[in-house]
Amino acid sequence: MSLRKPAKDQPESFEFNASSLEAANNIVAKYPKGKQQSAVMALLYIAQRQNNNWIPLAAMKYIAKFLDMPYIKVYEVATFYTMYNLSPVGKYFVQVCTTTPCMIRGANKLVEACKEKISENECELSSDKSCSWMEVECLGACVTAPMMQINDDYYEDLDKEKTSEILDKILNGETPKPGSYRGRINNEPENNRKTLTDLKNA
Amino acid sequence: MLKLKVNDIDVEVEEGLTVLQACEKAGVEIPRFCYHEKLSIAGNCRMCLVEMEKSPKPIASCAMPAAEGMNIKTNTSLVEKARKGVMEFLLANHPLDCPVCDQGGECDLQDQSMFYGVDKSRFKENKRAVPEKNMGPLIKTQMTRCIHCTRCVRFATEVAGVPELGAIGRGEDMQITTYLEQSMQSELSANVVDLCPVGALTSKPYVFEARPWELKKTETIDVMDAIGSNIRVDTYDWEVKRVLPIINEDINEEWISDKTRYACDGLLHQRLDTPYIKYNGKFEKASWQEVYKIIKSKLENTSKEKVSGFVGDLTNMETAYIFKEFFDRTVETDNYESRSDNRYINISKRENYLFNSSINGIEDADLILLLGANPRYEATILNARIRKSYLNNSTRIVSLNDCGDLTYPYESLDGQTKTIKEILDDTHKLSKEIESAKKPMIIIGESLLRLENAQYLFNNLKDFLNKKNKFSEDWNPLNVLSCDAATVGNFDLGVLNNKTNLIEDLKSNKFEIVFLIGQDNLNFAKKNEFVIYQGSHGDKGAECADIILPGSAYTEQDGYYTNLEGKIQKAFKASYPPGDAKEDWQIINELAEFMNNRKLFNDKEELDSSMLNYLKLQSEKQTEQNNNKSISDFNNENLKIEIKDYYFSNVVAKSSKTMIECNNAKMNLKSTGTEG
Repeated sequence: MSLRKPAKDQPESFEFNASSLEAANNIVAKYPKGKQQSAVMALLYIAQRQNNNWIPLAAMKYIAKFLDMPYIKVYEVATFYTMYNLSPVGKYFVQVCTTTPCMIRGANKLVEACKEKISENECELSSDKSCSWMEVECLGACVTAPMMQINDDYYEDLDKEKTSEILDKILNGETPKPGSYRGRINNEPENNRKTLTDLKNA
Repeated sequence: MLKLKVNDIDVEVEEGLTVLQACEKAGVEIPRFCYHEKLSIAGNCRMCLVEMEKSPKPIASCAMPAAEGMNIKTNTSLVEKARKGVMEFLLANHPLDCPVCDQGGECDLQDQSMFYGVDKSRFKENKRAVPEKNMGPLIKTQMTRCIHCTRCVRFATEVAGVPELGAIGRGEDMQITTYLEQSMQSELSANVVDLCPVGALTSKPYVFEARPWELKKTETIDVMDAIGSNIRVDTYDWEVKRVLPIINEDINEEWISDKTRYACDGLLHQRLDTPYIKYNGKFEKASWQEVYKIIKSKLENTSKEKVSGFVGDLTNMETAYIFKEFFDRTVETDNYESRSDNRYINISKRENYLFNSSINGIEDADLILLLGANPRYEATILNARIRKSYLNNSTRIVSLNDCGDLTYPYESLDGQTKTIKEILDDTHKLSKEIESAKKPMIIIGESLLRLENAQYLFNNLKDFLNKKNKFSEDWNPLNVLSCDAATVGNFDLGVLNNKTNLIEDLKSNKFEIVFLIGQDNLNFAKKNEFVIYQGSHGDKGAECADIILPGSAYTEQDGYYTNLEGKIQKAFKASYPPGDAKEDWQIINELAEFMNNRKLFNDKEELDSSMLNYLKLQSEKQTEQNNNKSISDFNNENLKIEIKDYYFSNVVAKSSKTMIECNNAKMNLKSTGTEG
């Protein structure tokens, strides 16, 4: 993980739309007067959601003015947290977990699939600019490893073929069904449970 | 008071102090990088770890409040190990490029690694490299050397009031930068160079110029503004290499403005190094004897009312005094003036032109009213104090004019003098506020004193404050913000003429001989006058002169300056004047000797003692004389704050290339419109 720099191509301006503005005002209202700067992280997230999953500099300036704080302070926060994207990631943002449990279960195959289908390097937009992928640290779904996250949804129990299928779908603009790709519901054990079998409602 | 033990030495400290301060009181030195007395506590360098009894781990002494009964140890093996460990981590990513680093020789990291570090590295991996950052024309960055103490960030946010520096990224990738690498928009920006404990931020104009141990250091006084900041001038041979602040808690604390620090390269350029005489519009070199001879014959053949003298903004008091003596005793006229405009000054009482509340007093003030002053540009250090006062006490600050960003919030009024009249007539809401304030401060700028109604406004303001009982033993709310180093000294010496308006006379070409001492701010159309210019730099004054007498700049002669509070301070000679140039007082003395075969003063000591005696006598016979107090007619005027271009406010700054660069950097930023 190296220092993330803001993208070269930046939009001229940014403004919250009506729903973002309402959400932002709700969050600012939670803090005492004069402490509204505490809302900066939530507002950055709102801006990221509104702006196709990334935060342009104009949004940082907008938020700085919104919360009456120096630009650099917003910039510091945005560069500190890795989940704020500072350059465009496309409509579908694929995050492949490569932390130990996923890695042991073959996460590198998922990475290979991403390289073939989306782009050679991580954090690089696909040729139609609709999609990008990156390796991330543990996403907390070790039970269903290996897995990846596309926008807000988890795709679990994957292998290379299944990943390729999913990626084909999203590259065609479809949204594949999230969840386990081995038919598991939530985190239940495969082929029925192995423990606590004598309890009916466990 | 809290009682605690440091290395078995009993110390008593006030409540609210830290363990580090307690250790200092016990005479124990604690190594530190991020801790600085004037900045908030960050506690992130961990260098100041000490052992505390009953604590399982060492504690960061800079961030730990001292408490009753603490038993601190700083000389144990645990502390030594902790320091070694911290130092090893700090050096893990620090390039060992001391031989090519400008900080070498005065680097905290270098010094402390000598004391507390280990002699070899266990770090086999590659060191990280950080790209250089643009921080404007004054600060050179080499961010690979940065140890992330965040002193610069805290300074910019807290003292300078320009939150433009910050730490982006995290962990190993953390970098200190300005927002989008724009240059810092502050007149105090270069203080981060002094604050930086390593060589990450160094001085750009001074890059690879000299090593600290080769420089001759002279502690002296700054003349770029009327504050009289205490500075240390470092010279190599005759060349002034750099200017650094020295601590004076009553005046500049630890800071100096960028102009003070970097205008010094103006001392190398545009210098007058030999006497010149103008023949047919061209200057030709001459000897001292020749020029004295011409001046003598001119002065002898001119009636004394037709002779006038003007003293400039950087002139020291000795020169002003001997110049006055020269006019009083040799030329026998009192046509001398130190102002370059018609601003109102009543010198019968010292408080009429001083910053009476004092710079320290700003911190006690509870209401500050700025009338026709822009302290950010007229007195940068003083502005930093106002900001400090605002930060500590949320002082209410009101300005008659909208001065732009002053680094603290203030209420601005409409800029009309009728508003002042309303305040004085008790019809404005501020009148009540002033009345109820315990320690109000009225800061009057020179722009107000230039108005036609200045006398009316000034005297009525004084009466108003008197009426409200705001003058007391320990508080004088009336403050005049002088802009130039020589202003107050000249008024103390009485180098001004309130009987006739010499500036108007000069502009209407009434004089035949005009003697300028470092005075470059007079805008007059020269006709047949014979102009003698004595000064250090070839600027406006020298341009129109018929005879040029090369004098010395402030670093090249001993001289007294009185700052805007009325504190007299001595500037010391750090270097010597170039070529044939002489010290200013000496020129006048020799000229007087040439004319009358008698020196005005035998030597500098006699001059000094005579001048100090004069000042003493003046301070004893202070009586308020208000000649025509009953001016009843008042016209509303639009008060416009006229300030000199900050980076070009005097001849030294005008000759400085660094100041030109600063100005350009500022202009560029404005024209791109990215600042807001």
